[in-house]
Amino acid sequence: MVAQNIFFYAIAAVIVWSAFRVVTTQNVVHAALHLVAVLASVAAQYILLAAEFVAATQVLVYIGAIVVLFLFGIMLTRAKIGRDQELTHKSAIVGGALTALLLLAVMGYSLLDEFGWSRTPLPEDSRLIGVNGSNSATVSDSIFSQYLVPFEVISVLLLAALVGAIVLARKD
Amino acid sequence: MTAVELSYWQQTVFRVLGVLVAVILPAGGFVYVFLFKMMSFMQSRLGPMEAGPYGSMQLLAEVGKFLQKEDIVPEKADRRLFFLAPYIVLASTFLLLVVMPFGPDAYFTNLDTGIFLAMGLSSISVIGILIAGWASASKYALIGGLRAAGQLIAYELPMVLAVVGVVIQAGTLNLQGIVTAQHSGEIFGFGGIGNPFIITQLVGFFVFLTATQAELTQTPFDMPVAESEIVTGYITEYSGLRFLLFFIGEFATAGAFAAIAATLFLGGWAVPFVDLDDDIMNIAGPLVLFGKMMLVGFLIFWVRFTFPRFREDQLQAFAWKFLIPISLVNILATMVLKVAF
Repeated sequence: MVAQNIFFYAIAAVIVWSAFRVVTTQNVVHAALHLVAVLASVAAQYILLAAEFVAATQVLVYIGAIVVLFLFGIMLTRAKIGRDQELTHKSAIVGGALTALLLLAVMGYSLLDEFGWSRTPLPEDSRLIGVNGSNSATVSDSIFSQYLVPFEVISVLLLAALVGAIVLARKD
Repeated sequence: MTAVELSYWQQTVFRVLGVLVAVILPAGGFVYVFLFKMMSFMQSRLGPMEAGPYGSMQLLAEVGKFLQKEDIVPEKADRRLFFLAPYIVLASTFLLLVVMPFGPDAYFTNLDTGIFLAMGLSSISVIGILIAGWASASKYALIGGLRAAGQLIAYELPMVLAVVGVVIQAGTLNLQGIVTAQHSGEIFGFGGIGNPFIITQLVGFFVFLTATQAELTQTPFDMPVAESEIVTGYITEYSGLRFLLFFIGEFATAGAFAAIAATLFLGGWAVPFVDLDDDIMNIAGPLVLFGKMMLVGFLIFWVRFTFPRFREDQLQAFAWKFLIPISLVNILATMVLKVAF
């Protein structure tokens, strides 16, 4: 477990530093790339927790699709090389600090409320092995039985967003 | 199962060397066999003949040439990102091979979500290409990078959908499991040669190969590097070693995708009539997979040297209006048949 702890803190340090750079860097493309570093490090943490399915989804959806679309949009519209002084405002510091405090309070409260100060016991073998010894089988089984209704509702929501985007984009 | 027991660090050394071989060998093999020789024969010429027997040492000469070239960086370029971009593209290729199985015990990792992770990791190279296009501070490079990104996003979808058909039939995302499912499968009760999914998923195979062609930006889909319009797109400003890295990345990715196609549709490292757990397959398996990979590579490069380039709008329409509907119908048919039988 020692190696796992060391890598956890190393990756966590990368996440914190990259997240800090996302908001402080003065180049919008650099900001997007630091965001990639944050998201990839989060995927690495998932792998460290033996949650491969979530890690793969994180890479496929966030890095492969969302950030690529960010970059695509930025480069099509405004992406100067070098520093852009207008990118960081003084007033953003106050807003950022408030948001960070609020997030810390909410997450800290919900974590303490759920688990208290005690350590969460590790499952035997520290690898969550479910149906057929397969992690992803367990995930899919719970999605298509216990969480079927939320899953379908999200699908409809995404479809609505898709249709809405097309309606907004079409001029005629 | 294994005859030899290796300690952890020995396994790690083997794996690192293995992944290097798995990247360099297909890249070199594809360039020599297809780019040098096959293209030359199709154009009624001999290709390189001077360096080594039948020009087989030409690759070393080419690498030497690229290493000697001056490393030019445009003055207005974003230097750090300009240097970083080729490594991101190459890293995506290396990561792709991590989930590939080469034999019963010859694999880097045996992940539950193998093919799903591979699809995700292959999309990382888009970021490298976009960065290369942007950081070069050149109009042609930026246009090339944007074209590449638009194309790769569009063709990722039919590729993933084509894989879904195979996954439904095999009942697992694990690549090793997909190989086993094909080896032990039956065709209408006849289990002699197993059930390579190319027979039942012929439509999926067609869609997957077409999407692969586009993901690799090989010729009918080479708008991002269209040399008559935008020089060479996102690699316009790269020279010397950095150009070589992009070049190796292109052909190594071709090798990786060919190997994935061989695993998904041609039975992977397994051979009919040979027991899957046989220790000999740890040696023979990689060779079998290499052979099947060269077969798929042959198809990719045959198409590349035969067809002229698509126009940008044709290219997008082909993905969204033809490949995606056809692969959705394929998924539906596979689902119905899977439940029926």
